[in-house]
Amino acid sequence: MAEKRIVLSKCGSIDPQDIGTYIAKGGFIAFIKARDKMKPQAIIAEIKKSGLTGRGGAGFNTGLKWELARSIKAKAKYLLCNADEGEVGTFKDKYILSNDPFGLIEGMCIAGLAIGAQQAFIYLRNEYHFLYDPLVRAVGQVREKGYLKHMDIQVFEGAGAYICGEESALMNSIEGMRGESRYKPPYPPTRGLWGLPTIINNVETLMNVPHIINNGAAWFSAMGTGRSKGTKVFSVSGDVSRPGVYELEMGSTLRELVVGLAGADDLKAVQIGGATGNILPASMLDTPLSHETYLGSGAVVALNSGRDIIDVVQNDMHFLNDESCGKCTPCREGTEVMLEIFGRLARGEGHEGDINSLDALARAMAVSSLCGLGQAAAVPVLDSLRYFYNDYIDRINQSHFLRSYLGGELFKSEEGIR
Amino acid sequence: MVPSKKEALSENGRAGLLPALKDRAGREGCLNRESMSGLAGQYHLPLNEVYGVSTFYAFLPVLPTGKNIIRVCRCLPCHLKDAQAVIGSIKKELGIAPGETSGDGKFSFELVSCIGACDQAPAMMINDKLYGDLTPAGIAEILKSYA
Repeated sequence: MAEKRIVLSKCGSIDPQDIGTYIAKGGFIAFIKARDKMKPQAIIAEIKKSGLTGRGGAGFNTGLKWELARSIKAKAKYLLCNADEGEVGTFKDKYILSNDPFGLIEGMCIAGLAIGAQQAFIYLRNEYHFLYDPLVRAVGQVREKGYLKHMDIQVFEGAGAYICGEESALMNSIEGMRGESRYKPPYPPTRGLWGLPTIINNVETLMNVPHIINNGAAWFSAMGTGRSKGTKVFSVSGDVSRPGVYELEMGSTLRELVVGLAGADDLKAVQIGGATGNILPASMLDTPLSHETYLGSGAVVALNSGRDIIDVVQNDMHFLNDESCGKCTPCREGTEVMLEIFGRLARGEGHEGDINSLDALARAMAVSSLCGLGQAAAVPVLDSLRYFYNDYIDRINQSHFLRSYLGGELFKSEEGIR
Repeated sequence: MVPSKKEALSENGRAGLLPALKDRAGREGCLNRESMSGLAGQYHLPLNEVYGVSTFYAFLPVLPTGKNIIRVCRCLPCHLKDAQAVIGSIKKELGIAPGETSGDGKFSFELVSCIGACDQAPAMMINDKLYGDLTPAGIAEILKSYA
């Protein structure tokens, strides 16, 4: 199956620094329709009917979320665009922001009408600092055209923290606090930024909004699967010959994406959804990609037959341990202990009890952590144990040889002995 | 921009803190005790609160850094494309390990979480500039442009 570019339809064909080129391609027709011809309730009804779901990973129904925020009476409401794309292997939002910032801003303008927000923020990660000025200029051009009379948009730059992509941590960060997750409920649509109703949507989610307003909910929901409508933008990296950003209809298979489009060869496994994503063996390449199966943020890292799965999970865990905000015990301590166990396995000091410890710890973290980071940190561990159990057994059985091999390596490199 | 007492103590009063910390860190290289106390005064917060926020974020150093900060991605996609060799090359070139600053104060060297350049792995940033598709042999040339 070929790519189906809807979200990315204007990427590459407009000048991201010139709103005129965006308007010439049909930009802001959806906004004008929503502003002049639709009541907020009608906009929400259309989005709800389309079945659009959150593209950041959680997959919650976007229209339903908007309706919640709309229904609450408050002195102010906020719209936040989550552009803190920190998930490992994800770079789709960077591609979108670089090539079509106006599509995002139009989506935000419509979302603002729908929920009744007067102030919006784009939370941009510090690593994408080079996009800050272009984005501010793009917002300025939209304001000059008079499309931002109902709501203002401010670009807010983060300061380097993966956890700030978690919605409650993101709000804490804007409020000038440590980016730690909050206890839920209350959920942001009822009590969010400064205690007021807040809608937080991923860049890609908002990009879909103008297309749904233009073409109708039925057009959108005709694409995809039961619970996953429309398309999904994927970021493919790792052992592929054509890494990059691809947009496919929901429900397309892993094989179409990784082998067909990205050109993977000799696969052992893929990790879907970043460091907290599922690790699937090559035998599962015909799995469709959707919320019902595997999706996450759409990050896909291909691993060829030469790769060591334990090394992969150790790398994931190193990242998660580093980025855990430290607020809740299961995540803060759990990632620490797991990292220690993976370190032992890598040094050839693993023992059989380690497998049970990893399994028990992962299950405990999944049910007891405060936010998605700790809950999902268990996923790659449990998947690698499920599909690559023998790799662990072999590693432990070969500990003796591994130690003698590593000992030799230490003598060879002067860096080793420090 | 210094907030008035009324602004600082309002409900949204702390909203300016993170941008202010970033601005200070950008201009002075790091957040020393003096600048953190200054901001604590402006925002009517205890110093430990400002220190707590500063140390939470990777881009808010509280210790002096070099003139240029090298941030090499060590997450999975870069790891698979042998970021380790690039790290080794930088170590050799500068004579410092990750977490250290070169003696002449020109470079700080850090290993960081995914910088979203996985399609150009292995990748690094020097200050705000992104370098992708790195090779160990190409490192010297890049570092020379910052000399």
